[in-house]
Amino acid sequence: MIRWVDDRLGLASFARSGLRKVFPDHWSFLLGEVALFCFVVLLVTGIFLTLFYVPDGTPVIYEGPYPPLQGQQVSAAYESVMKLSFEVRAGLVMRQVHHWAALVFLAAITVHILRVFFTGAFRRPREINWLVGIGLLTLALAMGITGYSLPDDLLSGTGLRILYSVVLGIPFLGPYLAFLLFGGEFPTETIVSRLFVFHIMLLPALLIGGILVHLAILWRQKHSQWPGPGRTEHNVVGKPFWPSQVLKSTGLMLLTAAVLGLMGGLLQINPIWTYGPFEATTVSAPAQPDWYVGWLDGALRLFPRFELTVLGVTLADTFIAGVLIPGFAFTIMALWPFIEARVNGDRAAHQLLQRPRDAPLRSAVGVAGLTFFVTLTLAAGNDVAANIFRVPVETLTDLLRLAVVVAPPVAGVVTWRVCRELQRRDVERGTNGERGNDGEAGPVRLRRNDAGGFEEVD
Amino acid sequence: MSAERWISVGLALSIAASIGLVVTYVLGGQPQVEGALLAVALGGLGAALVVWAARLVDARTQTEALHPTGSPGGTPAATEEPVGAGEVTRRRFLLRLLAGAGAALAAALAIPVLSLGPRPGRELFRTDWAGGARVVDADGRPLRVADLAIDSVRTVFPEGRIGSPDGQTLLIRVRPADLALPDGRAGWAPEGCVAYSKVCTHAGCPVGLYRAADHALLCPCHQSTFDVLRGAVPTFGPAVRPLPQLPLEIDGDGYLVATGDFPEPVGPPFWDMTHDGEAGG
Ligand code: FES
Repeated sequence: MIRWVDDRLGLASFARSGLRKVFPDHWSFLLGEVALFCFVVLLVTGIFLTLFYVPDGTPVIYEGPYPPLQGQQVSAAYESVMKLSFEVRAGLVMRQVHHWAALVFLAAITVHILRVFFTGAFRRPREINWLVGIGLLTLALAMGITGYSLPDDLLSGTGLRILYSVVLGIPFLGPYLAFLLFGGEFPTETIVSRLFVFHIMLLPALLIGGILVHLAILWRQKHSQWPGPGRTEHNVVGKPFWPSQVLKSTGLMLLTAAVLGLMGGLLQINPIWTYGPFEATTVSAPAQPDWYVGWLDGALRLFPRFELTVLGVTLADTFIAGVLIPGFAFTIMALWPFIEARVNGDRAAHQLLQRPRDAPLRSAVGVAGLTFFVTLTLAAGNDVAANIFRVPVETLTDLLRLAVVVAPPVAGVVTWRVCRELQRRDVERGTNGERGNDGEAGPVRLRRNDAGGFEEVD
Repeated sequence: MSAERWISVGLALSIAASIGLVVTYVLGGQPQVEGALLAVALGGLGAALVVWAARLVDARTQTEALHPTGSPGGTPAATEEPVGAGEVTRRRFLLRLLAGAGAALAAALAIPVLSLGPRPGRELFRTDWAGGARVVDADGRPLRVADLAIDSVRTVFPEGRIGSPDGQTLLIRVRPADLALPDGRAGWAPEGCVAYSKVCTHAGCPVGLYRAADHALLCPCHQSTFDVLRGAVPTFGPAVRPLPQLPLEIDGDGYLVATGDFPEPVGPPFWDMTHDGEAGG
């Protein structure tokens, strides 16, 4: 059988070299894989959910087995998710696994990006895969937001309403875009069916394509590695793809799925029956979105009162806080490899990773950016936190407003200091500061390279 | 006719048909016409490319060795001809025309996106309220002043429009002496019954909470706070504009009625929201 295929396609040699491909081993290289496996779980559970979900905003009367809602008007979409949760066997666990997998998916992507950033894995030649990765992050966020809104419950409806308002606030195009996207003035009955098309067709197609490109580039460029004995800028030291990496990765996939299964079974998530169906005139309080949207919501909460009308054109604060600031942050993030190369003049190709301390500027910028996002995310919970700590929400918000401006630079400077201090200690200890996790300290020979920097000579 | 001529004709037809498609769409659409135009727009371009490839491109036939299949794989034999021998001949005029045909076709294919939603028109400037509309609660009961206790708040709608998303309004009764409404609104709150749009001027959430202690309306989404006594000006949070106030009066039967729509657009900001005057509101 294998022979027969090979005789026709001649893939054996290709496959053989592929199977022998070497992958460096380090726990931090598995983060991206965890994201990938979450995506697999999302696909599998998503297909199941699609078979039961009804993408229809038409109002119906709920007559299912959940007593508090009986006789209430809900949308057909909401009713189908209720059915999925209460009447379809294995429906609830699939829903909850799907939701948890989405949360972990975005978390894994985030941590993976942080790993790539803080170890300088995005440097030439991998800037290209960094860009693909940022694209994938954006798609994953869009997947999260569209999927989250499908049940048409009160909480996600509130999120949609804010999304509509942000789109509406875009100068000149806003009202047109908002009406095209939603099919009219919010709320509309068509929006869930549109979100459905985005969530199960357009976005997954793009995401799958993007993931394949991401992996193909990785395959072609080979994985970066930590410095260590025998590891240079021109080789890859690690285990072959087959059998060790295949087994390990399959194991990791099953373990990821196992954890998600456990979470989906034991930890309740998005109980839409307690939120109730969407209604234009009610709002749930407090209202928190899923964690990955928190920073966007936080930006809206913290942005000071500001609205400007010049020559009859109103510049909405929702546009600044909801479009400009996130857009700016993502642009900086996407362009960082090029910014860094320009700042330090290092345009050489790199195969060896750096420890955060070896690039103090990058680490400082990274920590500052991270602090910014974390502060905004915390701000999305200001009302809840104010309740817990029994402080007025106004005070807390003002504090967070201060923090979002002050904390990032402070964190950046502290990080820079810490990096320099660690570097100094490395020098004192006689290591060169480029030592990998399993490397032995020893004398190092440096040579000047074309770019004007130094590189290690083995 | 020379090949160039044929190609130009094909491309020109394609451009014309693409423009025709846009025009047809704008005029309301007509399936047979659209089908015919689509055929010309795509066909003209396609035929032009075929003629181009057959007649204008210098394409010498080349030989490429078959990859040896099976396991003892080797590198594929290099082809004899240098790549680029048959490149597209540079013909400025034709290339421009080709780009034009591509752009026109793209526009023709993209324009149906406009079917996804209506034009905003005056929609964003209007609500379901109008002069004389009775104020009813969520159950449709018209309200008299006596139905409202001091410092009570309820969500009200124009009669016959219960649940109206842009007409949802908060009716609060306060002591008339406490009210300090902006100039020109003296008569808008009979016996202390003030009505404000319930749609937050920040990002449109229903302003769901009332704190009687300081007569504040709170939006749970981003904590915008509005002062009921002073015309719902924002006192905290991101909202910039006050909640629009609905002018009320008491009709002959003692019921609360609106004397008109909100004086300005309700809800979140959009770029031309101050242009209300143009179409007469
Ligand atoms: S929508 Fe009310 S504060 Fe943002």
